Amino acid sequence: MDEVMPPEEGQKRGISRRGLILGGAAGAAGIAAIAYLGTRGGGGTAGCVTTDLSSTEARLAISNWPEYIDEDDGDYLSTLSQFQEQTGIQVSYTPDVNDNSEFFARVRNQLGACQPTGRDMFMLTDWMAARMIDAGWIQQLDKANVPNLDANLISSLQGVGWDPNRDYSAPWQSGFTGIAYNKSLVGEVRTMDELLTRSDLKGKVTMLTEMRDTMGLLMLSNGADPANFSDDDWGAALEKLSKARADGQIRAFTGNEYINDLAAGNIAACVAWSGDVAAAEDENLVFLPPDEGMMIWSDNMLIPVQGMHKANAEKWIDFYYDPKIAAQLAAYVWYVCPVEGAREEMESIDPSLVDNPLIFPTDEYLAQTNGFMSLDEAKASGYERDFADVTG
Amino acid sequence: MTALQRVFGRNAAYILIAPAALWLAVFFLFPILSLLTTSLSDPAGNPVTGYTLTWRVQNYVEALADYWPYLGRSLLYAGIATFFCLILGYVLAYAIAFKAGRFKTIMLVLVIAPFFTSFLVRTLSWKLILADNGWIVETLQSLNLLAEDGRLLATPVAVVAGLTYNFLPFMILPLYTSLEKIDPKLNEAAADLYANPVQRFWRVIWPLSLPGVVGGTLLTFIPATGDYINAELLGSPNTQMVGNRIQALFTTVGDYPHAAALSVILMAMIVAMVLYYVRKAGTEDLL
Repeated sequence: MDEVMPPEEGQKRGISRRGLILGGAAGAAGIAAIAYLGTRGGGGTAGCVTTDLSSTEARLAISNWPEYIDEDDGDYLSTLSQFQEQTGIQVSYTPDVNDNSEFFARVRNQLGACQPTGRDMFMLTDWMAARMIDAGWIQQLDKANVPNLDANLISSLQGVGWDPNRDYSAPWQSGFTGIAYNKSLVGEVRTMDELLTRSDLKGKVTMLTEMRDTMGLLMLSNGADPANFSDDDWGAALEKLSKARADGQIRAFTGNEYINDLAAGNIAACVAWSGDVAAAEDENLVFLPPDEGMMIWSDNMLIPVQGMHKANAEKWIDFYYDPKIAAQLAAYVWYVCPVEGAREEMESIDPSLVDNPLIFPTDEYLAQTNGFMSLDEAKASGYERDFADVTG
Repeated sequence: MTALQRVFGRNAAYILIAPAALWLAVFFLFPILSLLTTSLSDPAGNPVTGYTLTWRVQNYVEALADYWPYLGRSLLYAGIATFFCLILGYVLAYAIAFKAGRFKTIMLVLVIAPFFTSFLVRTLSWKLILADNGWIVETLQSLNLLAEDGRLLATPVAVVAGLTYNFLPFMILPLYTSLEKIDPKLNEAAADLYANPVQRFWRVIWPLSLPGVVGGTLLTFIPATGDYINAELLGSPNTQMVGNRIQALFTTVGDYPHAAALSVILMAMIVAMVLYYVRKAGTEDLL
């Protein structure tokens, strides 16, 4: 049996129960306050570029989107393995970027506080790349280390507003946002209006959580220009989306994972990225540009200020701007190849892809593509909120 | 003097509490403090430059006004899931405690077995099971229990079913511990006194199992309310719970103050409900 102590006895021993709890809480709060103050303050990241350890450490940590690189398969030696063999650099490659905003939320605390994220490089879409460069979180490339980038970047991607000389970024792949459908389940879906209203698609449609992709296509279907739109254009497109959601037409808003649902038949049609459909290797899945036009974007290789293997990362960039390597990668991922000369190399890898507009788009094909207007922080946050109110 | 005081001196209690207090300070109080200050900051800031603390209580009003449907949905779904967990869990725990005989250990292991797989993977596998072209949906359709174009995925049914499944073990284990402690002789004694089985259950077994019921419902309801994985993977935009909203506000919208305010509201609501419930159920001497 437990020994029972009379209450007054306990008080005599110095510490009452209440005192103990209060004392403990006060102590804990004090420690927390110190810890809290310790981590605050210091917003600038200008001086936090770290020393490059590349000369002593042959390592490189990369975060990229899923299904965005070729893999070893039997006799086939992936570009990544070739890179490792050629340079002796051990690459830890993680496909953990599924959504720009989500990735941003994951690394912002470290980047903002000048702490390492454990990554030497990550690939983010234009607008997010612009945002990070603007915040001072990205290291400038040493041009002498990336001669292939200078020589081989296709002209249409050379001058972008947010990085006019490509001092901070190098396109990994570009791609289109359009419509995909499963032809074993439904007939051709040619426009966004069909996607949002056709009754045989009800509850079997997904849209992307990337606001610029989904809303860009919706604005196009309203006849507005996503590269230069007014608040009214935005409102009309949002209205359309919100109506389709309320009608139960839209089943979910997703990142890359839509492709599994499309193949499994849980969804019949969706807003999709051009390369995903090819990567799924399912002959029932079809990607097509909507009649009213599609969106174009690029994902960019970026080296964060706390990336500790900058020179290794630059070797990676230079390696992937070799036309031969670029062609091999393009043949696998089916996204738009940003490297000049890759098309010629493609002749010997897979001649059937030389004229594939998803990889080597002609000027005519590019005429139907649209970019998304660049937004400042406040505007972007407002639009993201509007969009999130409909998607969630 | 107790033995502890001989070793640690007069301040034995403080010394003993220090490790846990330190742990809580760093991993509980500090995040809460950070959450509270963020929730009272000016939403005009942004995630890149940070937010300034302006004691803007308005954030709470706005969060509540804009997002109360999500809070309501969370409480509703979690409530239904807890109810089903209680019924399913009680029957199973009762069977394990009184009827399983030599299979008791095996059955308990089976209850815990799902924990060997990650929560996420188990929920994803429900996507396969409930798929539109899967056998469950097709069977239900052929039995006319589901319309020809009906589905389970992306409906509230799937979300509640997922919640029920994922939190069921948290209900079973406390129930089992309570039931297992009940002396079967009490039941026999009640029978000797001419109580019928229903009376025996409600007047003997149920009251004695109350600590398990309270513990189990709390362990189920609290995490289920804050859960967002089930709504994310098995639901649709129309079944989003408050967790999804908080996640979206933090990650995609980048509106930390309102996200933090909504988190604090959720936390305060749950604490208030638990306090009320525990007091009502009079568990202070039961637990």
